[in-house]
Amino acid sequence: MIALLLRDLRLAIRAGGGFGLGLAFFLIVVVLVPFGVGPETELLSRIAPGILWVASLLAALLSLDRIFALDYEDGSLALLATSPLPLEGAAMVKALAHWITTGLPLTLAAPALGFLLSLAPEAYAYLLISLLIGTPALSMIGTFGAALTVGLRRGGLLLSLLVLPLYVPTLIFGAEAVRRGADGLDPTGALMLMAGITAGSFALLPFATAAVLRINLR
Amino acid sequence: MSMWEYANPKRFMGWTRPVLPWTFALAGVCLLVGLVWGFFFTPDDFRQGSTVKIIYLHVPAALMAINAWIMMLVASLIWVVRRHHVSALAARAAAPIGVVFTLIALFTGGIWGQPMWGTYWAWDPRLTSFLILFLFYLGYIALWEAIEDPDTAADLTSVLCMVGSVFAILSRYAVLFWNQGLHQGASLSLDKEENVADVFWFPLLVCITGFVLLFIALVLMRTRTEIRARRIRALEARARRA
Repeated sequence: MIALLLRDLRLAIRAGGGFGLGLAFFLIVVVLVPFGVGPETELLSRIAPGILWVASLLAALLSLDRIFALDYEDGSLALLATSPLPLEGAAMVKALAHWITTGLPLTLAAPALGFLLSLAPEAYAYLLISLLIGTPALSMIGTFGAALTVGLRRGGLLLSLLVLPLYVPTLIFGAEAVRRGADGLDPTGALMLMAGITAGSFALLPFATAAVLRINLR
Repeated sequence: MSMWEYANPKRFMGWTRPVLPWTFALAGVCLLVGLVWGFFFTPDDFRQGSTVKIIYLHVPAALMAINAWIMMLVASLIWVVRRHHVSALAARAAAPIGVVFTLIALFTGGIWGQPMWGTYWAWDPRLTSFLILFLFYLGYIALWEAIEDPDTAADLTSVLCMVGSVFAILSRYAVLFWNQGLHQGASLSLDKEENVADVFWFPLLVCITGFVLLFIALVLMRTRTEIRARRIRALEARARRA
């Protein structure tokens, strides 16, 4: 499992764009928003939690189709399926690798960009925590979506259509936690619920992902 | 003799042919009676005036939009467990009907909402969860259309239906949480059924029966079409090989 994780990470770094693409997209969205809605600090700081969460969600979505597509084309996915490592474990490792290459950099970059959107100072810690807890769920759900569409030639649009409704609960709890943090309310409830979604996704979705991969490899 | 024998494609075609016109006729009668009764023979609501009559379309459509998804979930489970082809086709047949019911519920809700709430759309928990349900239906149908091999498509869509159901329920409660957090729209969610007086309740019940029958009739008809389409494809494949 560790070997697979390292391999995926190495591929993401050396192929270029693995780390960079999602992060650059995130940066561009956040920088463009003030041009769109105007420079009033008050307005920006009110919409900042939502913008940061939506932008990181879209950035995670951007790189989803890479999770299985390349492995499917060159046949290494079939090898993975026949290897002694259970396919469920491989699915989880794939999601983890996706999180390390997109979710983690996004989480670390978010506070700096929150500064650009004049996020309330109390909210920074909650932004960091909520992204840290929430983005693994995005990666795991996205891995399931990528597995569903791996056999299709033009799966990109379909992948977004399938995955976006699945992202709704995570987005709601994530943005809500930051907003409550910014308003000085207690965000523990939202954070706990989001942690529940992440834990539930990692417990159950690898099985669904592996089942779907087996169907697609049949 | 178990119920599964009635689901054998040949038998299914056999028993649905006489049943189908009756179901349609019964659905038509129920809808006609329910709607005419509701529209012309019930008093106006003292607060909402005559706009209350849209309830006879809105509530049954919303009810069936959810029930259609539940029926798809059950059919998907049967496909996964028993690999029964008719059940997969029935799930596929039900999805577009569910979309139409969802749209009817959303549109009639908007038309009703305009005079009552002063807006066609509000991010009320109920409205939002229906919008999400609509997206789930679209994704499900798109996945069916995108995959060529029918068995693979049936497998993948049934997994999507099961995972989607869990997330649809999650979204339902997440949206409630989100909206209470915003402190708005609490006055919007009328608890419709409990406030309805008997004068409105009986025609509504007839309308709901009509919608259920209409749904059953449409699903049966579309499943028959799917079975025929698959038979044609099998015949074509055989002709090409010969």
